[in-house]
Amino acid sequence: MSETEYDPDVTIDARGSTCPGPLMDLIGKVKEADPGTVIELQTSDSGSKGDVPEWLDEAGHDLLEVVEQDDYWSMYVETN
Amino acid sequence: MTETIAIVGGGTGGTVLANRLADELKPELESGDVEVILVSDGEDHVYKPTFLYVPFGKKTVDDAKRPLADLVDRRIDIRNDRVEAIDTDDKRLTLRDGRPLRYDYLTLGLGAQLVPDELDGLAEGGHHFYGPEGAQRLRDELADFTEGHLVLSVIGTPHMCPAAPVEFVLMADAWFRERGLREDVEITYTYPIQRAHAIQNIADWASAAFEERDINLETFFNADEVDPDEGVLHSMEGKELDYDLLVGIPPHHGSDLVVDAGLSEDGWVDVDKHTLEATEAEDVYALGDIADVPTSKAGSVAHYEAGVVADRLASHVRGETPTATYQGKTICFIEAGMDEATFVDFEYGTQPTVRKPSKPVHWAKLGYNESYWLTARGLL
Ligand SMILES: Cc1cc2nc3c(=O)[nH]c(=O)nc-3n(C[C@H](O)[C@H](O)[C@H](O)COP(=O)(O)OP(=O)(O)OC[C@H]3O[C@@H](n4cnc5c(N)ncnc54)[C@H](O)[C@@H]3O)c2cc1C
Repeated sequence: MSETEYDPDVTIDARGSTCPGPLMDLIGKVKEADPGTVIELQTSDSGSKGDVPEWLDEAGHDLLEVVEQDDYWSMYVETN
Repeated sequence: MTETIAIVGGGTGGTVLANRLADELKPELESGDVEVILVSDGEDHVYKPTFLYVPFGKKTVDDAKRPLADLVDRRIDIRNDRVEAIDTDDKRLTLRDGRPLRYDYLTLGLGAQLVPDELDGLAEGGHHFYGPEGAQRLRDELADFTEGHLVLSVIGTPHMCPAAPVEFVLMADAWFRERGLREDVEITYTYPIQRAHAIQNIADWASAAFEERDINLETFFNADEVDPDEGVLHSMEGKELDYDLLVGIPPHHGSDLVVDAGLSEDGWVDVDKHTLEATEAEDVYALGDIADVPTSKAGSVAHYEAGVVADRLASHVRGETPTATYQGKTICFIEAGMDEATFVDFEYGTQPTVRKPSKPVHWAKLGYNESYWLTARGLL
């Protein structure tokens, strides 16, 4: 497992689901979250690496880091 | 000892499954070695695709229903009842008045629930065509709508029949043109992700069709609040859309029964996508919209899944190892206006090709909808 300095408040396990599952799971959690919440999105869909940053940009939230794990990615997001 | 197969939900999945089992397990049912009990909360079977045509006056809400008893084989024990709890350890269901129902094998075909209240203002400010009352109200509203901004917003995914919102705006465009009103009606379609549909090829086709017909497309639009007094739809991305008529595809939920039974955390049953067996309990299957598989929530999916579950249940009952699997087969007819349609078919991991819309495919869709009553009976 790769290391990260971020300690998520919420973890979403969207591994195994395909587009737009991971992004929609993230949007659902961001909707409920207070500003400043750190969310870890675990996704095995490579498409997430494109559509998640694009949406965060559009909606004004931050992508902190993308960590490559064995067979998925952890995308760390902070809400504004 | 009679083995009991219980099916909950007399929708597309549950009904096709019951009829397939009546056929495949005919000897066992007649000898009394097996009984199949179908529990559904209502006398009628409802064919939801009909609702797409109700707002345009092409079908009525009554066209969408038939008595379940007319569609299901007489060897099946139909119970008009509601399941209130599922205990997969004791293999027992609790029915509406607290009576228990024991099972050896259980299949859940509970469908999806609409939850408009999840979005502030949607129930007051929005219309939809995803259920009988909504479709009827929208019909009345559209009949008097002669000018203004019609906004169709897909509010969250997953939702039933991912193509239906695209079909609705293309049909609305054609319908207003036919009535000479299109110049006075602006149409906008919004979708939560960066394209018009989850499936890339359908999104590409829909975007081109929208452009050709002057339908506005708003992507990355996740509705956050409806302001019915001002007629404004707000998005999480900070956008605002003024509307005169809002058609909002309401958020969908699985079932609290599923969560309470420990079959998943989010209400859609966690299943193996090939065997359709629940991952969190023994001898439990799920099919149709309630099953969490990576394809569309569509009647065709429920239908194909029912064939697989029937084969597997028949194998269990006969003491054989089940081998039938579901490969994600999905077929959707997509209306591209009032008199032409296309269709797509795909499996897990494949991208559909969208064919050029034509009149014969539109007639095929209407024909399919008529012959659906034979499909439900297991005859097609
Ligand atoms: C407007 C619209 C258009 C559509 N168009 C198409 C299309 O063109 N093509 C296509 O393939 N699909 C289409 N669909 C989707 C299709 O209708 C669904 O995917 C399909 O009905 C799913 O079948 P199901 O058996 O899973 O659930 P349903 O058909 O929804 O049936 C669920 C059943 O379970 C019962 N039930 C639920 N909870 C309980 C309980 N606790 N106890 C007892 N009974 C219970 C319900 O009463 C119902 O009878 C459309 C849907 C809509 C809304």
